[in-house]
Amino acid sequence: MATRAPIASRPGGSRFAQFKLVLLGESAVGKSSLVLRFVKDQFDDYRESTIGAAFLTQTISLDDTTTVKFEIWDTAGQERYKSLAPMYYRNANCAVVVYDITQASSLDKAKAWVKELQRQANENIIIALAGNKLDLVQDSSSSDAPAGNPDKRAISTAEAEAYAREAGLLFFETSAKTAENVRELFTAIARKLPLDQAGPRGLPRGPRPGVDLRPEAAGTQGGGACNC
Amino acid sequence: MGGTSKGHQGVSNGGIELGEASSLSPRAEYSPNTPPRQTSAGVPGSTMYRGGSGKGTSDERQSPVVDMGHGDAFDEEALPPPLPPRPQISPERQTTSSSLYHPGSSKPSLQSKATTALSLTDILTQSFPDGSRGTYAASSARPVAGFSADLSPADYRSGASTRNASEYGDISSIRSYAPTLQVGGDIESLMGEALDSVQENSPWKLLSSQIESENPLSQISEEEKEFESKFAEEFNEIEDLKMLLNCWKSRLKHFFILSSAGKPIYTRHGDENLISGYIGVIQTIISFYHDVDDSLKGFIAGGARFVVMAEDPLYLVAISRLDESDTQLRTQLEALYMQILSTLTLPTLTRLFSTRPSTDLRKLLHGTEPLLSALADTFTRGSPPTLLSALECLKIRKAQRHLVNNTLLKARSPSLLYGLIVAGGRLVSVVRPKRHSLHPSDLQLIFNMLFEAEGVKGGGGENWIPLCLPGFNKNGYLYMYVSFLSRQAKSEGPSNQPTKSGGKEDEVAVVLISADKESFYEQQQMQDNVIQQLEKNGSMDIIISAVQKGRYSISEIAPGTLLRHFLYKSRANVQFTMPSYEPHFISPLERRKLLSLYHMLHASVHAKSAHLKVQHCVHRDSISLAWVTPFFELYCVAGPNANRNALTQGANKVVQWVRREEERVFIIGGAVF
Ligand SMILES: Nc1nc2c(ncn2[C@@H]2O[C@H](COP(=O)(O)OP(=O)(O)O)[C@@H](O)[C@H]2O)c(=O)[nH]1
Ligand SMILES: [Mg+2]
Repeated sequence: MATRAPIASRPGGSRFAQFKLVLLGESAVGKSSLVLRFVKDQFDDYRESTIGAAFLTQTISLDDTTTVKFEIWDTAGQERYKSLAPMYYRNANCAVVVYDITQASSLDKAKAWVKELQRQANENIIIALAGNKLDLVQDSSSSDAPAGNPDKRAISTAEAEAYAREAGLLFFETSAKTAENVRELFTAIARKLPLDQAGPRGLPRGPRPGVDLRPEAAGTQGGGACNC
Repeated sequence: MGGTSKGHQGVSNGGIELGEASSLSPRAEYSPNTPPRQTSAGVPGSTMYRGGSGKGTSDERQSPVVDMGHGDAFDEEALPPPLPPRPQISPERQTTSSSLYHPGSSKPSLQSKATTALSLTDILTQSFPDGSRGTYAASSARPVAGFSADLSPADYRSGASTRNASEYGDISSIRSYAPTLQVGGDIESLMGEALDSVQENSPWKLLSSQIESENPLSQISEEEKEFESKFAEEFNEIEDLKMLLNCWKSRLKHFFILSSAGKPIYTRHGDENLISGYIGVIQTIISFYHDVDDSLKGFIAGGARFVVMAEDPLYLVAISRLDESDTQLRTQLEALYMQILSTLTLPTLTRLFSTRPSTDLRKLLHGTEPLLSALADTFTRGSPPTLLSALECLKIRKAQRHLVNNTLLKARSPSLLYGLIVAGGRLVSVVRPKRHSLHPSDLQLIFNMLFEAEGVKGGGGENWIPLCLPGFNKNGYLYMYVSFLSRQAKSEGPSNQPTKSGGKEDEVAVVLISADKESFYEQQQMQDNVIQQLEKNGSMDIIISAVQKGRYSISEIAPGTLLRHFLYKSRANVQFTMPSYEPHFISPLERRKLLSLYHMLHASVHAKSAHLKVQHCVHRDSISLAWVTPFFELYCVAGPNANRNALTQGANKVVQWVRREEERVFIIGGAVF
């Protein structure tokens, strides 16, 4: 799957760009919930774990002339899928690494993902760190959401922010439940993406892989053909 | 119809063969003889099939492979591993009658309950463990008693050198429906008199005529009330800490999975703290038998049936108060085991435990508990596909299915292995390579993941799911592209389709399976093309309207019939068809009772040593029939004051109808590449 410059100019000077985005992070931190909030503006209190990976798209306008379409891979955070992760981030233009601000261990996991991305993914990948479930630590006075409890916070904003700055990441604390900062997160990513580098190349829809020329190995299971 | 008799020939001997592998022989020969006493196999003058050209199909018809092709699909590799031997129980122990269903409830003595009768139309042929056989005729109205509640496991394990075990086990599971069981003996009198006397001459008949207007399985007797309230609570999560343990104990059904080292892996009800003690006990008991080179298959205690399946390195346990047979519970455990394999593959599972016997599998299965629970709950509710080990297709015209098949074939992506269109849990179309069939057990896992659990459907997008299909190959992963269409359709254009909430019944999904993990975009492209074509050639509308219409009603296919519901399984196609549950079986409880009845009928005609081909069952609020031939299995239920003739007529009508509609209700010769 070759990465292509995902920008196209449209008549009238408007720009349309398409980017691959991957969500990574420990299981149950709220990756799918963030995506569902962003794509469908919905939230589900009882959400079953993602099985495998889900693919969704959402288009946002940055300004009157610029439209960005995200092709989003929402991965399952479970260990057993770990070996499949490269398939999803390999050609990603951007990544959202999510942790749960009420679970200390989830930031460690996020840091590990950031490291892996910086080592293995596209050189120019834009990475955002999202500390999710902000609603759980906000007391009722500061929002109309159901009362949270500041004591539940396991990771301070300052700590995460410092780490994000050091690692060169965008950083937001979000709540998929109340929608706080969700749109902002994706918009910030879109703004940081290299919209202006690419020339006006008319591109076909979506980064599709070329025709796979590998012989169709009969009975291959578990791939093995690709060891990235 | 009665004239087709061909002499003394047992169906189970494979003595009756079909001309063509996967199609039924002429229609007339499918009618049950009237009266049905003549239809019992193994009895002189009772054979009902005219022989075909004599090509052997007797082995094939048992194959669990879904043959979507022209008889080429009965792959050798498709045969499942043989089931473990059935448990044995000594007949001496069968003396008490405590109800499995209502432990401790005091029931009238068996014979006095003339309202319920179960007639076997076969001589009971017993196979003894030493390979010998014996035929005996029990006196009619022989009571079949249940297991005593204190029956020790030792009496019920395989290898016990007691005779004639399993059919008692199966029969006992139907006790609450059939306290009086007439075994073997004089067929004529069984079918002619015993039933008649029960059916037509008893006070019960009067009673039942008064209640005929009501639904067959919806009348509540005192003793059933307890069951009903329990059933209603069955699916609730256990939360109330105070009543936690009692609550847990009172569940009608439990499933446990543990490692052979005794680590809990999965339980349907309750959390680890609650069950750890039980897990310990179970592990100790199982290991005890394991250590002496024996294996515990099951036992009855406290009014519940315990079935154990040891699939090293896992133990799976089912505990049921729902009148299911050993074999049926074992099938359910097998499905749970397949679900675990589907997540991990067999080599991974084996490796994990051989390197570290104390592995905590829960971590590795994390996120798939909902899949296991969805399966478990399906079994508790009662599942025709699981009972019959067959799958259901969406009924559409042959030409329409052809069009859909061809659309899939034309759009086929290079790395496609299986392509399916599934609607409301029913199969619409399949494309597959010539040399690979689809296994019902694999399809069940896929259907469960798509339609019973929320993880995929609730995600709201397209999905790319690594999974192992153990029936296909338990050693490796395949990759499954899934997208639900009705959601897409709804978002486009003004919705003139009624949007049903919880629309499990009308979701349409495209499922594309490949061995190439990198082929998501390829499958996505195929899906785009398929949808576009289906929209263009009108198939999409047909599928959506067929799925929204729901299953056909029984009055549609047999106007005026007294039948209320049926299950018809085509053995060659490994598919079944059934009418809508409405209007007679609407609530989950009514359905569970119907399914319990089917389980009972199924168990009695599948008891290993009973060569039973037709069975009637009269129950307080229904009369039902099981009819098994080499080509089909039919289970049907009528209201309580239908008589045998009406039931038989109804059965005949159903069989004729299915024969006529065969290529609509089943996928025959699906698309192969
Ligand atoms: N209170 C709260 N709960 C959330 C939030 N985001 C997700 N959740 C819940 O956390 C659980 C896991 O969410 P999910 O999106 O499945 O996590 P994933 O495994 O990372 O995809 C679900 O029960 C969600 O309802 C949030 O922002 N606030
Ligand atoms: Mg998720």
